[in-house]
Amino acid sequence: MNKKQKQMAVRIAVTAGLLVLLHFLPVDGIWGGWLKFALYLIPYGVIGYDILRKAVKGVKNRQPTDECFLMAVATLGALVLGRVQSGDYVEGVAVMLFYQIGELFQSVAVGKSRRSISALMDIRPDTARLLREDGTDEEVSPDEVEVGSVIVVGPGERVPIDGVVVEGESTLDTAALTGESRPRTIRPGDEALSGCVSMTGVVRIRTTRAFEESTASRVLDMVENASSRKSRSEAFITRFARVYTPAVCLCALALALLGPLVRLALGMSPDWLDWLMRALTFLVISCPCALVISIPLTFFGGIGGASRAGVLVKGSNYLEALSTVRTVVFDKTGTMTEGVFEVAGIHHAAIPEEQLLDIAAHAEAWSTHPISLSLQRALGRPVDKGRVTDVREVSGAGVLAKVDGREIAVGNERLMAQASVECDPCHSVGTVVHIAADGQYCGHVLIADRLKPHAAQAVAALGEAGVRRRVMLTGDRKNVAEAVAAELGVDTVYAELLPLDKVTRLEELLRDKAKGETVAFVGDGINDAPVLSRADVGIAMGALGSDAAIEAADVVLMDDDPLKLPQAIAIARKCMRIVRENIVFAIGVKLVCLAVSALGLGSMWLAIFADVGVMVLAVLNAIRALRVPKM
Amino acid sequence: MKKTYKIEVDCANCAAKMEEAARRTPGVAGTVVNFMALKMVVEFEEGADPKAVMARVLANCKKVEDDCEIYL
Repeated sequence: MNKKQKQMAVRIAVTAGLLVLLHFLPVDGIWGGWLKFALYLIPYGVIGYDILRKAVKGVKNRQPTDECFLMAVATLGALVLGRVQSGDYVEGVAVMLFYQIGELFQSVAVGKSRRSISALMDIRPDTARLLREDGTDEEVSPDEVEVGSVIVVGPGERVPIDGVVVEGESTLDTAALTGESRPRTIRPGDEALSGCVSMTGVVRIRTTRAFEESTASRVLDMVENASSRKSRSEAFITRFARVYTPAVCLCALALALLGPLVRLALGMSPDWLDWLMRALTFLVISCPCALVISIPLTFFGGIGGASRAGVLVKGSNYLEALSTVRTVVFDKTGTMTEGVFEVAGIHHAAIPEEQLLDIAAHAEAWSTHPISLSLQRALGRPVDKGRVTDVREVSGAGVLAKVDGREIAVGNERLMAQASVECDPCHSVGTVVHIAADGQYCGHVLIADRLKPHAAQAVAALGEAGVRRRVMLTGDRKNVAEAVAAELGVDTVYAELLPLDKVTRLEELLRDKAKGETVAFVGDGINDAPVLSRADVGIAMGALGSDAAIEAADVVLMDDDPLKLPQAIAIARKCMRIVRENIVFAIGVKLVCLAVSALGLGSMWLAIFADVGVMVLAVLNAIRALRVPKM
Repeated sequence: MKKTYKIEVDCANCAAKMEEAARRTPGVAGTVVNFMALKMVVEFEEGADPKAVMARVLANCKKVEDDCEIYL
């Protein structure tokens, strides 16, 4: 508890003590009952002075509908009523007391969940150790570190800024970013991402980004700014409160005036005070704070809990959309497969296999496409880029280049057709790279990709979670795509798609979906940005350190484990379930209590339960959203 | 131009009221108040002086919610 909360706890204790004391004090009837009234004003003042002050200020600032005003009017009314009728003042003081207890409870609960979220978001160090020329290091504020300077990170310390290791070796704990504590070894030349903890050794890192641009800062910004995109439920609550508050105020007024007037008309005694009390009770019950507090809290808890599991959600609207996903569209390469290609065979070689691999690897020497990298790896020695000239990439088809002066074409059947070279089809499953030299077919290399270990399990889990259509989109060849699809167990597969075709397919799926359902697209964030942004929910996977993916996606899975996907959906569903529970519960209880009190059956005690009790229960329920469902 | 300020406020509803009050302040193009992170992001209109605008924002926020603070 902070200072303010401790103060409040003391005020609550003092008030409760005074109430007990006054109960046993024999002051009834002294000075015509005025002594008792005056004595009860003491605990009332202790517990309620700030509320009264706020209520006065609210009226001054023309904001008279806030809850302080409601509480002030209701409690003062109860006290006045006590003076003229029953001689019992406990009710008025107790309403204020319980209101304050509820507020204190809420403030402590919110503070607690805020702390637990900020603890898990404590991934950005406040200092960096900057290396000086004499070899010593100096502690500086990380935003003073310029790009390209060298920082030192010791064992147990967090990397403050993204960079490349220049000296030393260590293992990095990436749990803060991915939710998965799989240690990663870093050596000179490797990338070190901010937010990770160096576990074993001392490393020197040359920074490649400014502090604000670094991964840890970006992740934090994203979580903290998540509230800028509000969900429909939140918008509903705002609209609801806007209509609701004036409406109940009018109802209360009507109750206070119409009740007695009707009685007068019927020739009965008007009972003005009795009806006034009913109206006040009505007002206390009506306070909408259970909703306005618990709904944002639930979303914040859900987003916070998700980020602890390595699932970054950019706004509560995406959490909402994720919970209604019935169609999931995957990209194949890098999402469901490792994206690490290996040469699995060389077929129909018209020239020695070694030579075939050599010209293929050299033609692709300038490309960073996974397929070219695998060709270069299979070659087993560094490529000599000097031998390569006139490189032209043909998008979605392959590469044309001159190697040792010979015109080489390396790519798929489309490229061969373009170069009017007849090629032999391959019957094995994998990516086939055809090679032609000077217009002559030389054979092809078969490159295969491995499925990720949890890919099939994730697809099955999605099915269990109620995802009806699991669709795979890929630019890969039909036979490869179908083999992978069968292994994964997806429902539909579209193969041989160019990046634009993927958007078209997705749009078809978007048109087909039923109302109230959403379509999610999952990609690895590399060159599928258009599809990511077109889907209802764009999910980028394995996005650690990939700026493009973090920009384009609505949900970012920091890890590249496909199992995170059903987990993200489970988190979203749980969060939305809590939101719905709270809306139904709070509004339901309030409506019942309002009806009861309008009929004159309720008391102030009922009002306290309907206001504070419901809020406490709703907040407790909301806090559950912090806990992530285990997969 | 966007700037982030630390704030102090007691309840989510009050935070929402602050957001509304800040948004209506002249010179402010948009605001987001994050109650859980206790932060306020203010986007200023072209050519507005953040200092002067924030003084008005604070005054407006105090009007709707007396018990709030913006650390400028």
